[in-house]
Amino acid sequence: MSLELRVANISNSYDGNRVLKDCSFSFHDRGIYVLTGPNGSGKSTFLRICALLEKPDKGEVGFLEDGIPLHENIQLQRRITLLLPKIGVFNTTVFKNVAYGLKIRGFRGSIIEDRVDKALDFVGLIHKKQQKALTLSSGETQRLGIARALVTEPEIFFLDEPTASIDHKNTEIVEDIILKMKKDRRSIVIMTTHDIAQAERLADRLLVMQDGKLSEKSFCLPG
Amino acid sequence: MDSIIEGFLKAFSLIYNLDRELLGIIILSLEVSGTALIISAIIGVPAGAVLGLKKFPGRGFIISLMNTFMGLPPVVVGLFVYLLLSRRGPLGFMGLLYTSSAMITAQTILALPIVISLCQSAIVSVKPIIRQAAVTLGATPYQAAITIIREARYGILSGIIAGLGRAMGEVGAILIVGGNIAGYTRVMTTTIALETDKGNFELALALGIILLIISLLINIVLHLIQRKGMITTER
Repeated sequence: MSLELRVANISNSYDGNRVLKDCSFSFHDRGIYVLTGPNGSGKSTFLRICALLEKPDKGEVGFLEDGIPLHENIQLQRRITLLLPKIGVFNTTVFKNVAYGLKIRGFRGSIIEDRVDKALDFVGLIHKKQQKALTLSSGETQRLGIARALVTEPEIFFLDEPTASIDHKNTEIVEDIILKMKKDRRSIVIMTTHDIAQAERLADRLLVMQDGKLSEKSFCLPG
Repeated sequence: MDSIIEGFLKAFSLIYNLDRELLGIIILSLEVSGTALIISAIIGVPAGAVLGLKKFPGRGFIISLMNTFMGLPPVVVGLFVYLLLSRRGPLGFMGLLYTSSAMITAQTILALPIVISLCQSAIVSVKPIIRQAAVTLGATPYQAAITIIREARYGILSGIIAGLGRAMGEVGAILIVGGNIAGYTRVMTTTIALETDKGNFELALALGIILLIISLLINIVLHLIQRKGMITTER
């Protein structure tokens, strides 16, 4: 049983400006899809629509399991997650931030403890477990966001510009985390970045958004 | 000047010896204001949450009304509650006039708009990104609302404590509806007013000092809560 995402002929406008023009794509292979393109090209809008955070003006977003379309409900929403550029830190500890997704799903006690520890270890924040989350640096905050999403074991994980507001050192750490996800192949990861070099470093499949139009770009994997 | 110093000395002696009358007045004051605050919080926090989270027709009007009621003159509230509870009033049959229940009602009416307004304001000042984060992590609309309320907890607590300050320091309304009956409805503020009128400054000063200390403690707690909640960011 694996979840796949199909978008068909999506168009969207803001204040009369067409941001997305007839975008279609099928995301079905586990691995990293990177959507790149200049700022303002419509990448984030596309991602928010795919993650069911916004409705498109036209077109369809469909999630399928073994080819069968799924209803858009809370059960489906809990199988996907979107990491926003500003992650929205809850004013509590790092541990409780990461535990949030599990608590609202009804998990309790040692299951939460184990899974949160694992997620924090994965992003290298286990030593900051009891620290107030709002006191983390920008880079650490971004890693917290990744841990908070990963702990829920999403089948499709959207990341919107995960390194846009962090320094070079933390960008490397976040890229390493994404490369670890790439190696694990546990889920479909769809991320946006305006940095072409980064896109080529991380992607299994590279998509380009140009003036609201989506296309796939073939590229040579480094090394 | 001598009488003031003498008054202070006698006041400290009353406080130091925990005078029975003084203690009774303090306990009754705390009971009345504490109960009024609990009722205000039970009604005010959910009402503030609904006003902060839900959009519905008339919401703006209710918010403006609550903001206006924050400055309600206590004597007007006292008069209103008096008319309600007086023998000829619609609730006269309950026989509540000149009881601590009437004082609690008056103080609740005074504190409630403060609790509602400050709760609503604390909730709307939670960054929209928090709701989005909750939703992207799989929260239902109800769970997202609870998350927002939890994020606003310091502001909500500040609102509740500000309500307590209003209730504790109030004199006009409870004087009208409580009647300032010794051992029954006599609280700190009404006693200060009465004893000052009588020229009996020792008890008035002792109660004034205690009221100031309570007020100071409330403000220290308020400041600590606000400091704790001040670490906010758009991350």
